[in-house]
Amino acid sequence: MKKMKQFVSLMLTSAMAAGMMSASVFAADAFYIGASGPLTGPAANYGTAVVNAAQIAVDEINEAGGINGYQIEYKGEDDELDSEKSVNAYNALKDWGMQILLGPTTTGCAIAVAEKTKADNMFQLTPSGSGEDVTKNDNVFRVCFSDPSQGMRSAQYIGEHQLATKVGSIYDSSDAYSAGIEASFEAAAPDYGIDVAVKCAFTADSNTDFSSQLQQCADAGVELIFLPIYYTQAGTILTQARMMGLDVKFFGCDGLDGMLDMDNFEKSLAEGVMLLTPFAADADDDLTKNFVAKYQEAYGMTPNQFAADAYDGVYAIKAALEKAEATPDMEISDLCEALKTAITEIEIAGLTGEKIVWTADGEPNKDPKAVVIQDGAYVSMQ
Amino acid sequence: MVSFIAYLINGLSLGSIYAIIAIGYTMVYGIAKMLNFAHGDVIMVGAYIAFSVITTAGMPPVVGLIASMCGCMLLGICIEKIAYKPLRHAGSSLAVLITAIGVSYFLQNMALIIFTSNPKMFTSIIPMDKMTIQAGAFRIQTISLVCIAVSIVLVLLLQLFINRTRPGQAMLACSQDRGAASLMGISVNGTISLTFAIGSAMAGIAGVLLCSAYPTLSPYTGSMPGIKAFVAAVFGGIGSIPGAMIGGLLLGVIEILAKTYISSQLSDAIVFSVLIVVLLVKPTGLMGKVVQEKV
Amino acid sequence: MNNIKKTSRNNMGTIGMIIAAFVIVQILKTAGMINSQMDGLLVPLCVYATMAVSLNLVVGILGELSLGHAGFMCVGAFASAFFSKVVEQSMGTFPRFLLAILVGGAVAGVFGFLIGIPVLRLKGDYLAIVTLAFGEIIKNLMNVLYVGRDAAGLHFSIKDAASLNLMEDGEMIINGPLGITGTPFDANFVVGFLILLISTVVVLNLTNSRTGRAIMAIRDNRIAAGSVGVPITKYKMAAFTLSAVIAGCAGALYSHNLSSLIATPARFGYNMSILFLVFVVLGGIGSTRGAIIASIILTLLPEVLRFMADYRMLIYSIILIVMMIINWNPKSRAWIQKHRPGNVIRSRREASEAGKEGR
Repeated sequence: MKKMKQFVSLMLTSAMAAGMMSASVFAADAFYIGASGPLTGPAANYGTAVVNAAQIAVDEINEAGGINGYQIEYKGEDDELDSEKSVNAYNALKDWGMQILLGPTTTGCAIAVAEKTKADNMFQLTPSGSGEDVTKNDNVFRVCFSDPSQGMRSAQYIGEHQLATKVGSIYDSSDAYSAGIEASFEAAAPDYGIDVAVKCAFTADSNTDFSSQLQQCADAGVELIFLPIYYTQAGTILTQARMMGLDVKFFGCDGLDGMLDMDNFEKSLAEGVMLLTPFAADADDDLTKNFVAKYQEAYGMTPNQFAADAYDGVYAIKAALEKAEATPDMEISDLCEALKTAITEIEIAGLTGEKIVWTADGEPNKDPKAVVIQDGAYVSMQ
Repeated sequence: MVSFIAYLINGLSLGSIYAIIAIGYTMVYGIAKMLNFAHGDVIMVGAYIAFSVITTAGMPPVVGLIASMCGCMLLGICIEKIAYKPLRHAGSSLAVLITAIGVSYFLQNMALIIFTSNPKMFTSIIPMDKMTIQAGAFRIQTISLVCIAVSIVLVLLLQLFINRTRPGQAMLACSQDRGAASLMGISVNGTISLTFAIGSAMAGIAGVLLCSAYPTLSPYTGSMPGIKAFVAAVFGGIGSIPGAMIGGLLLGVIEILAKTYISSQLSDAIVFSVLIVVLLVKPTGLMGKVVQEKV
Repeated sequence: MNNIKKTSRNNMGTIGMIIAAFVIVQILKTAGMINSQMDGLLVPLCVYATMAVSLNLVVGILGELSLGHAGFMCVGAFASAFFSKVVEQSMGTFPRFLLAILVGGAVAGVFGFLIGIPVLRLKGDYLAIVTLAFGEIIKNLMNVLYVGRDAAGLHFSIKDAASLNLMEDGEMIINGPLGITGTPFDANFVVGFLILLISTVVVLNLTNSRTGRAIMAIRDNRIAAGSVGVPITKYKMAAFTLSAVIAGCAGALYSHNLSSLIATPARFGYNMSILFLVFVVLGGIGSTRGAIIASIILTLLPEVLRFMADYRMLIYSIILIVMMIINWNPKSRAWIQKHRPGNVIRSRREASEAGKEGR
């Protein structure tokens, strides 16, 4: 019986391995763009937003006649927020025929995959991998701001607009994005006359309750709490702050966007929350309106900044491909060389900025918008 | 001092939620002798059921709570019948533990497909304007009081049920010696189903209370409180219902105090260190029974 | 062949299986018949198979439930990556990686030994939860560890990067939650295969030695083993430490295969430890060969299921439950037994041998 079982298992294993042996079918009649991000696991809403939004952009472009007359083939893969799985996803996309990578969604994965794209010399544009090291290689560009720049800009904004001098911060010490922004915010704060009186961390394993962190901020008498975190936890933080009767301002970064669109979110909780984000889902320009409407229709929810970054990413790739007059029959490496130069020469009007340009070191240059939540909607601050 | 008491109250609040979850864990362990790793995810399902009933269908919170309890009860019985029962005589208790993990993955991914990954904000069963009670210099969250009260009532009811009713006595008998119990004419299958039904109904209550206190609801909401409650159950001595209650409360208080006074980054490490120290001093938890080994 | 004992034959089969798999994959690789996805999975497969061998030693052979094995892998991964980063410029690839593996294994071994002292005094589920606790503590500590290097040497902190007070030319080696980035890519399939092979040979040899029989005696009946003079603590410690060393080597292999090493909950938390446990239990508890096969099936399965898109992990969980039930349900086992071709003679023979054979 044991032997039988082992035989069956061995057959199963070999069959599975054999399934991965067929060489990819590659047709050079379209641009193959792949995206990756966490589609399952606790971070699934970020990756899903990226993969969905890129799909919308691709459909729009294909409908309008494609890029340089060629259609786009598009596929999104799951990386489960894990470096190793992100490399697996990348390899799976490569087998599918990917020529350009839009992804991964998060910093750790983006760094892991960047080494692989460097080896293959494939053009990589990460929508939201904001860690400093992500764009170290010259074939990697990003759509979002880097963490240090977000932290610095937040300190600058708070200082210049004299929102507060005594500040507390609550951040996720187990998350690269959150810890990265917090560190640069803390470093920049003294330059703008801000005193970071308390900094309280939480981790992915203890992100249910924030009463202790809020109480510490209250005890220190801070005027403003800086929240360089994702919106998932913000709902609980704001609810608990309300229960504790805490009277402080809240200031966040682009990760907080999406908060208002959580199902059944009590919008009055977020009254007066300020955030520095390049994208606001209820902005009234035509581009945003069109995108939000399409996204809502297709996926039944309002897009967040991850989605916006991915949407802009696809259009940036399009603009760069057009600038380079590239065709799908080019080698992956030639395509990468052409795009590397072309992307620094383009300027696109996207959801996350009216004028986005890229520098050769991979960073986007665009204006951050500061918005404040009033009566359940974003209002521009300036 | 004032803020210390405030922290203590926060800790008790968190702890009472752990306690309610831990009671469900410990009950199932006591009778079925298995670590039901899917318990945390049953809580998540309960919270989603309540969310659908209260927010989507617009029913009153009580109906949501009852729906959540019934739904979880049904789910618990189905899980036991489909996934755990075939392995009851598997020869290794690990087999059913692994199946429980499979069930846990299944529930999470099912919820991911049905409710999407976008988190939902749970409407507290406590109305907005009654969320806090002012007592002198302290503000106490109403939900904390509710949680503590509910956990005490549940412990008392369960103790009554186990010690005073025939099905309760049957459960006790099964937990002590399953073979002997069945020889005495007790339906072991029925008793185990009953245990899962009660344990899962309690998960339904826990889901509603958890999300009332900490309103972010996603498909992974249950897993971390689940594992913390598991720790709490062991802390108190697994299999002991009062132990689970005490373990849960202590765990919550230690977590909050560690976060506040030692290091917020290292609070998990501190909680687990305390657990290790307790188990080294009392190897069967705070209220656990020492079982003599026979050769 | 009949002169060789059945256990030895069985062990040779396991080793033969690993070597045969390696040879087949190498041939396919040379012939260019493996796609990038499979190629990228080869080293991870070796990592997981080695972890399965390591955990099987504790769970299957020593008979203690460990829910913190990812912690040892984590220690090995970080220690070896740290070592490689420090000596990156001053050593060639081969000696550096060899030393890195040894460093990973040794540091994990020290952790295993130190953790084993308190842990192995406990029993059953209490032991399991304490290993889980240690695993979580290790992961948590790795997330707050900052190490930097400048002209003045190494600086450590468990607070933040700023408190390292690095000089201008300083570089971060371990950057808290950002982990270690830019570990050299030293791992390859051949090294992975060798680590797996050596671990398997060591574990199988141990099982068939005097020590191994003592360890299994402890598993089957601790009190009886103690009463005939088996030094229980010593053997338990030996098995636990060896298992940690193997896990550390697997960790070293893991960290040198990726440029970004982060101790996330999904990677080095209890989830991962439980996944390793799934390998061992699905493989049949105690069977090294089964554990290796199960680790390969369960690592490939989510990748093969990528075509299912959104339903991938759902299908994975269903397959896991069904495989567990088929593998462990007494009735389905009996059914497989009954319907196996030519079972009558063999099953009789096996029944008589079953008594002699270790689990």
